[in-house]
Amino acid sequence: MTETAPPEATAATPSVAYRNWIERQARNRRKVQVGRVLILLAFLALWEAAPRAGLVNPMLTSYPTAVWDGFLELLAQGSLGLHIGVTLLEVVISFAVAMILGTVVAICLWLSPMLEKILDPFLVVANALPKIALVPIFYIWLGPEGSIYAVAIAVALFITILMLYTGFSQTDPNKIKLARTLGAGKRQILTKVVLPGNVHTFMATLKANVGLSLVGVIVGEFQASKAGLGYLIVYGSQIFRMDMVMAAIVILSLISVAIYLLVQKAEGWLMR
Amino acid sequence: MTTHDTSGRHKEVPPKVEFRKVNLHYFSDEGETHAVKDMSFSVGRGEFVSIVGQSGCGKSTLLSLLSGLMKPTSGQVLIDGKPVAGPSPQVGFMLQQDTLFEWRTILENALLGPEIRGMDMGAARQRAERILTSYGLGQFLHHKPPQLSGGMRQRAALGRTMCMEPDILLLDEPFSALDFQTRLSIAEEIGEIIRREGKTAILVTHDIPEAIALADRVVVLSPRPGRLKSIHEIGFPSAGPARPGSMAAREAEEFRDYYHTIWTEMETHD
Ligand SMILES: Nc1ncnc2c1ncn2[C@@H]1O[C@H](COP(=O)(O)OP(=O)(O)OP(=O)(O)O)[C@@H](O)[C@H]1O
Ligand SMILES: [Mg+2]
Repeated sequence: MTETAPPEATAATPSVAYRNWIERQARNRRKVQVGRVLILLAFLALWEAAPRAGLVNPMLTSYPTAVWDGFLELLAQGSLGLHIGVTLLEVVISFAVAMILGTVVAICLWLSPMLEKILDPFLVVANALPKIALVPIFYIWLGPEGSIYAVAIAVALFITILMLYTGFSQTDPNKIKLARTLGAGKRQILTKVVLPGNVHTFMATLKANVGLSLVGVIVGEFQASKAGLGYLIVYGSQIFRMDMVMAAIVILSLISVAIYLLVQKAEGWLMR
Repeated sequence: MTTHDTSGRHKEVPPKVEFRKVNLHYFSDEGETHAVKDMSFSVGRGEFVSIVGQSGCGKSTLLSLLSGLMKPTSGQVLIDGKPVAGPSPQVGFMLQQDTLFEWRTILENALLGPEIRGMDMGAARQRAERILTSYGLGQFLHHKPPQLSGGMRQRAALGRTMCMEPDILLLDEPFSALDFQTRLSIAEEIGEIIRREGKTAILVTHDIPEAIALADRVVVLSPRPGRLKSIHEIGFPSAGPARPGSMAAREAEEFRDYYHTIWTEMETHD
């Protein structure tokens, strides 16, 4: 073994070219970071400067310092935490319900090809239908609170079912055949082959659903609500407080980022 | 080979594996495929039989029938004289494609069968570790399949099959994904393991030299619908009384004749 080792161990003394390459990579990464920050700063500066210079009407666009003041005001009123909390809770619940219900239905469809064939056209239509069109109906049927959950779940549910079922049905047939030669029945094929083989499908669905639940909740809140970021946006626009609207939108984007990071963490942990 | 007589089953031990006038039709929306036609042959205990034939002549179908994944349209498939009713731990099947589960380690892959069959997992684990180690995978028990070379994956797949302690092994082109060099040595190695453990083995392959080098008999099938064309007894008296390993067999003087005969048969259509 020792004799076959190359005379120059590459790991111990990296060549000059390799060190240069590493440096270049690090420089490139820094450039990317700087570029991102610059774009953000330029956007904020333009947003601040244009209304102040009288180029656009500040009533329409507001501007960052005003948004910040609006944010502080909401914070002082003590209602901001409530609005964020309400929206987050609605997102988490409808996301979880859509995910669990969708997984159960997808599993049933996989277990019963006949059921899948029968339901296929209905699922396709249900998925294609703009769920937002249902908001008024949900409102009449379920009231303000219920309709928010109903829209958010409806937006995420059908795509969950379709994505998961597609993943399940594309499981490598040879892996299934192998499990059958080892004596596996349908249930065991599900738990030993189909589900573990579709962790990536599950993650993709999860990612899509976080965004979709958020969309559904905000749309639901637009229609009717007493609290939540969607409510804040509608209310702010009605009393023409653009700073309030913008503050809510900024918070929404921060929530999206936080959720995205959370999902990424979960992915790293699930995939190991 | 003596014909099997149901009334005389006390006098005769039935062959390990027997196909009796087996037909198999596949049905699909595109139509009907007659994949296997009037197939009759048997394989003795501890025998190594190779099946060769052109692509689509029903080789994989024969193995699926034997492993109980499907039933013949007509005729009978028998193991130890009893009709095959379904997948049994007695039959180990190495599929044509690499089917190690990439989300399981090599050891966990080998434990799939015992898990499915609800066997004693402590004993199965010891067995799997021993088998995989004896196949040179001791260092890689906790690696995932993508981290292994093609040859190692093939040995791991054999380990998974052997972990069920089958007495019949079905090998469906197990070496076809390997490069030529690896293919020769893995075939030698796996042939050696199977003979050492006294398993009955059926190997399906496109590769005539491989079929001859490993087997006691070579079964030639005609193109679709797959029918039995001929059976060749393989022996290498020039290499000594014992059956030589597959590498040595390729060097033996009888090899060329077998190759020539079987090659000509596969080329001629009737
Ligand atoms: N599930 C199926 N449905 C319909 N036809 C099938 C099915 N499986 C196999 N066939 C057909 O049956 C015939 C025999 O198939 P089989 O897979 O047994 O061939 P093979 O000899 O193993 O071929 P190869 O050497 O390419 O692996 C082929 O013509 C194939 O198209
Ligand atoms: Mg085949």
